[in-house]
Amino acid sequence: MSSVADAHAADHHDHGPAKGIGRWLFTTNHKDIGTMYLVFSFAMFLAGGAMAMIIRAELFQPGLQMVEPAFFNQMTTMHGLVMIFGAVMPAFVGLANWMIPLMVGAPDMALPRMNNWSFWLLVTGSLILMSTLFMDGGAPNFGWTAYAPLSTTYGPDSTTFFIFSVHILGISSIMGAINVIATIINMRAPGMTLMKMPMFVWTWLITAFLLIAVLPVLAGAVTMLLMDIHFGTAFFDAAGGGDPVLYQHIFWFFGHPEVYILILPAFGIISQIIPTFSRKPLFGYTSMVYATAAIAILSFLVWSHHMFTVGLPLPGELFFMYATMIIAVPTGVKIFNWITTMFRGSISFETPMLFAIGFVVLFTVGGLSGVMLAIAPADFQYHDTYFVVAHFHYVLIPGAIYGIFASVYYWLPKWSGRMYSEALGKAHFWLSFIGLNIAFFPMHFLGLAGMPRRYADYPIQFANFNQVSTIGAFLFGASQLLLVFIVYRAVKNGPKADAKPWEGAEGLEWTVPSPAPYHTFEQPPRVD
Amino acid sequence: MSVQALRAGALATAVTAPSSALAEWGVNLPEGVTSISNTIYDIHMWVFWICVVIGVGVFLAILWSVLAYRHSKGAKPAHFHENTTVEIIWTVIPFLILIMMAIPATGTLVDMYDTSDAEMEIKVTGYQWRWQYEYMDEDISFFSSADTPRDAERNLIEKTEDYKYSVDNPLVLPVDTKIRFLITSNDVIHSWWVPEFGWKQDAIPGFINKNWTKIEEPGTYYGLCAELCGQGHSDMPIEVKAVPKDEYREWVAEQTGDDG
Repeated sequence: MSSVADAHAADHHDHGPAKGIGRWLFTTNHKDIGTMYLVFSFAMFLAGGAMAMIIRAELFQPGLQMVEPAFFNQMTTMHGLVMIFGAVMPAFVGLANWMIPLMVGAPDMALPRMNNWSFWLLVTGSLILMSTLFMDGGAPNFGWTAYAPLSTTYGPDSTTFFIFSVHILGISSIMGAINVIATIINMRAPGMTLMKMPMFVWTWLITAFLLIAVLPVLAGAVTMLLMDIHFGTAFFDAAGGGDPVLYQHIFWFFGHPEVYILILPAFGIISQIIPTFSRKPLFGYTSMVYATAAIAILSFLVWSHHMFTVGLPLPGELFFMYATMIIAVPTGVKIFNWITTMFRGSISFETPMLFAIGFVVLFTVGGLSGVMLAIAPADFQYHDTYFVVAHFHYVLIPGAIYGIFASVYYWLPKWSGRMYSEALGKAHFWLSFIGLNIAFFPMHFLGLAGMPRRYADYPIQFANFNQVSTIGAFLFGASQLLLVFIVYRAVKNGPKADAKPWEGAEGLEWTVPSPAPYHTFEQPPRVD
Repeated sequence: MSVQALRAGALATAVTAPSSALAEWGVNLPEGVTSISNTIYDIHMWVFWICVVIGVGVFLAILWSVLAYRHSKGAKPAHFHENTTVEIIWTVIPFLILIMMAIPATGTLVDMYDTSDAEMEIKVTGYQWRWQYEYMDEDISFFSSADTPRDAERNLIEKTEDYKYSVDNPLVLPVDTKIRFLITSNDVIHSWWVPEFGWKQDAIPGFINKNWTKIEEPGTYYGLCAELCGQGHSDMPIEVKAVPKDEYREWVAEQTGDDG
């Protein structure tokens, strides 16, 4: 039906992509913008990964070998910022751009010109952030959390550029979020009620509201840093009557919902992929929607669990401990629903499914260490150690990154009209899976045995596991280059893909041809 | 050039030699030497084993599903997609498990916050990058800085067992005495942490945080700064010498030049 619509439209005026560089600079097409987001975020992923390799190389053994502590701190800071703001968030916006219109039966995003602007602001903000590496005094070196007064009185000159880049990246993300909400609310095909939306659309809708709620809070926090640095205010300066802990409260009021911003769209992706390859509908669709909403609401009530050792009063400590523990309930519901979807299905193990199963297994590990970290008295030991580093890499790599990898393999046939090599895809999964576990599982041990985070050099009792971890990290890092090759090879000369390459797939995106034509759903489809 | 060559040589030796005979494979929290650290260890193990049981259960369920319902073995998919009863069960049971964790955690936290009836007070002040200790009841105050040799950091000489741990002036404390710590900072945020005591507490400029300990065994206990505080973050270790009470009195007398 849609191809009929395309032919009809083509009769009247030219609807193909523009020629040359102008196509990419001025495009308002959701597919072009989605592609640009995905390519850009992958480049940033490799840049952030290179920084991680520098960190792990230095930590291969005790002593200072590769870099000085001052540069090491710049690497830990920039690795975090680049991965969060440059890699994961833009990758999800790229997926939203490509898939939400196709999944709800809309011809494009609701606000296409703003869409273009939001992408180019992302590039601008990221370039400003990366440029700090080349400034006198170096890049930000106070951790991605930018705690005052280390980031104000004691920060490098480039802090101002860091603040400006966070503002720009924040504006870009808010524009993306507004676009997602406007598209989902207004442009669904007739018959697609809210409770018929694919889970990916649901989780992105909720994520978009989180973005709009908390990015202004981050902007406020960094603006206060800016005022303290340049305008003589003392928001966070105790000597002027300010309060360094206030910064942490404001930052984590943004920061905790932020971690759900990094994970909820991946929940949606997994909820698309597991039913497809289990050939069985998603178990508990309604409870999945409610669990996602519950996680989003709870995420506003738990920020101080990042601050258990700052000297909170006892009642505050107890409140944030209980609230944090409760998040385990809706998260557990999601895990159980995914497993029950597989239970009594008819499962095949194509690469997207492997990443999805890897997601469920490893995210469970990260979730359980999260429950341990929620226990406030024990957190007086765990806090700021490698146990925390292990925890959040176990939720963010198998969570966000595996979610993105799974969706790239799942939807690449739709984007490019070509199939990737299944053998290479599986190799990518297994190398990533083994590398990740060798890199990050020993970090649990290091943290419990007493190794703090963000250390360029460490006592020799931690030497063995650090060596193991570095080897795993290089394996994980190197195997990501395989993904570049796999995608390049598929797009260049992969076998042609059907409109619906996956036997068990459901949804509107599989009703259009592969590759998806430049314009789709100019006549809305009907959903029953 | 010669320094570079020396460095490269040392690096090559370090990489090729077995990393360090002194290194350990420690995987768990220390039980520690205070009642609080013991309790924290017990809660940690309690929650850990609950998590292990849940984790194993989840992994077995996944394993069963992927082994028993393979498309390649001709499995026919069922079509169910809802079951209110099981959904209620797996909401309520995790909630009850969480309560089993929360009860001991709450009690411990209340104990940790009880800094009353301390027999002595130590004020700890963080600096970039060293600690200052002030004995509030005595006329004793000194700085404690790392004394790891630079050459060891540069891999020019062998690293000793207390590499990155040893300090010039350790904090000397009596055992079996309830000690209240007043923790603050003079510049950026630091965090004072001795794992054997069971806690870390942030040292924040403009704030005085409190915590307490009562050491049960004499010995030397090491700790590290746990909050990123600049390029010397890994260069401000903590060394505590816990000694019997009479020995502590002698040490105090020595420090204050007072024979009484």
